[in-house]
Amino acid sequence: MSSDDKRDKRGLKIFKNRLNWPGVPAFTWFFIFVFLPTLIVLVLSFMKRGTYGGIEWQGQWENYGRLWDTTYFKIFWESLKLASSTATLCFLLGFPVAWAIATVGQRWRNILLLMIAIPFLTNLMIRVYAIKVLMGQDGPIQWLLASLGIPFDPFQLSQNKALVIYGMTTTYLPFMVFPLYSALEKFDFGLVEAAQDLRASSWTIATKIILPNIRQGVANGLILVFVPCMGEFVIPDLLGGAKVMLLGNVLTEQFLKFRHWPFGAAISCFLIMCLLFFPWLINRLVVGNKKLYGEKSP
Amino acid sequence: MLELKNIHKRFASQTVLPSINLSIKEGEFFGLLGPSGCGKTTLLRIIAGLEKATSGSMSFNGERMEHLAPQKRPFNMVFQRYALFPHLSVFDNVAFGPRMTEQGKAWGPTRLKEEVRAAIKLVGLADFELRRPDTLSGGQQQRVALARAIVNRPKMLLLDEPLSALDKKMRDQMQHELRLLHKQVGITFILVTHDQEEALALSDRIAVMNKGAMEQISDPVTLYQNPATLFVADFVGEGTVWEGEVEKKSQEASIKIEGLPVLYGQGHEAQGQAIHQGRGALLVRPEHVEIILPGEDKNNEEKNKDSSLYNCLQGKVATRTLNMGHFEYHVDLGHGHIMTGQHALPVIGSRSVIPQEGQDVLVRFQKHHTHLFFEGHEALAQ
Repeated sequence: MSSDDKRDKRGLKIFKNRLNWPGVPAFTWFFIFVFLPTLIVLVLSFMKRGTYGGIEWQGQWENYGRLWDTTYFKIFWESLKLASSTATLCFLLGFPVAWAIATVGQRWRNILLLMIAIPFLTNLMIRVYAIKVLMGQDGPIQWLLASLGIPFDPFQLSQNKALVIYGMTTTYLPFMVFPLYSALEKFDFGLVEAAQDLRASSWTIATKIILPNIRQGVANGLILVFVPCMGEFVIPDLLGGAKVMLLGNVLTEQFLKFRHWPFGAAISCFLIMCLLFFPWLINRLVVGNKKLYGEKSP
Repeated sequence: MLELKNIHKRFASQTVLPSINLSIKEGEFFGLLGPSGCGKTTLLRIIAGLEKATSGSMSFNGERMEHLAPQKRPFNMVFQRYALFPHLSVFDNVAFGPRMTEQGKAWGPTRLKEEVRAAIKLVGLADFELRRPDTLSGGQQQRVALARAIVNRPKMLLLDEPLSALDKKMRDQMQHELRLLHKQVGITFILVTHDQEEALALSDRIAVMNKGAMEQISDPVTLYQNPATLFVADFVGEGTVWEGEVEKKSQEASIKIEGLPVLYGQGHEAQGQAIHQGRGALLVRPEHVEIILPGEDKNNEEKNKDSSLYNCLQGKVATRTLNMGHFEYHVDLGHGHIMTGQHALPVIGSRSVIPQEGQDVLVRFQKHHTHLFFEGHEALAQ
């Protein structure tokens, strides 16, 4: 090892030690309000429900055993379907948007970013109720259809699966656009010219040159959309008429309606495991898989 | 043969290339030389198809090209920052082009592997084919970029400042390798550079560009020894430039420069350039300027008096720097005139005296080593 390396390492160490102190308040906060509660939830998940909704401090596995029931499998499957379709739609819609923002001039770029950010910063309830009002009975769409004499089912139109997907996608689109945009902003567009010069078609350039080089951004976007969608229940309830049970619904019901805290805690722990597993899986599939990018070295 | 006719390019309200006419012969190593912002890169990008000319036509071997997409042109480009695909290995970078073309697909996997390996070997990177570009040095990346271009067997290779990101040693070596490569593959090379040494070293023919126009197109030696315009003379090589009143006196011109004795020059009358009366500029290359200590030897005394051959001025050494193989002097001639000259290093073991900073010296240059340029008569090269 050269003396330069030694000096660098020592410098880094001093730097690290200095950084430790400013980090203490945040770390304490994290420990008390995130780590400890999670630990409590984990402990609770092994307890028994008391007769009147309390907790009996008696260790057992039964809460986790209940999770293997087909009912909960179906619920899990519904959540997974919703989360993955939202993530896919967000990617398909978000990529062109991010592309447009990254390639347009500086002035327009800021305007477009603002246009994505404003609805993002608007309260979720306001946005969801806006859709409800728009599509609901006595809303402008239904009024228009009625005055044009087009027959429709007012209940079907105001609450359906398409509306749920629409609401989810609009809500989570910014989570996809921002990471994609920041990846595309760093992307060297000279590579596109080089690929053109080497006779690559536009499709090849998009799939073999651009996507592989922004794959970390794609993975980040997918994770940021997928993870909250797995626990989402407000939008499906409001726009879908609470016809489908989702993980989020079960969770709130166990805690608030049935007052079965230990089982709720077990579902929470299961969801937390999912939310650790799926980001890992997405990263692995999108970033780690070299075969996806036509790497056919001999 | 590549032919450009009346190529005009404007970005928004700014005209970059007023009207370019140029023809480049098959197999030629052609240099486009000029300061940054002169439009040389734009011109190369127009040839590659990455930029569309506002108007004008371009044909290659008689076939019109200006409307073709870059993918449809039988050229390949080596980009300034190489633009290697960071997610692909050296092999896959080089194989990218052939995998896109009908010809490459017709090769089949075995032939493809052979061709790609041959290209990688040609640039001397045989042991690096599985490496990622970011694990290679600048010079190695440069070679990958070259291999990636030539494996497609383009009819022309376009080089955009290919050596500007390398250090001097590497650059010198790559210059020789590029010349060699040009000989081996035998296709037309078009080189864009702002580095006069690079252009002179590599090109068979050079076009010097200034503000979107061609100032002179000629072989490197002519360009250096017989620059057509003051801009070319000043940009290609070094030299001292003075402006003054020119008067014609039989075979030679006298030029009156404020604060200096009258100097004499022959311009290039020998090459058919006329001497005009009026304001003009005189340029002397440093290698033609001798720096002499007064009374250095008898022979010199006589030469100094021989005003039919020499211009001789008195001055004081302002600064002296050691360049490769010689000293470079800035000699203060008074009235704000500084002249650049050279002096050879002393022969090892000899007792010859080298002028020091602050010493009074004579500067001397032959009349036929002056270049004269006349205002309003800076005839453009054909």
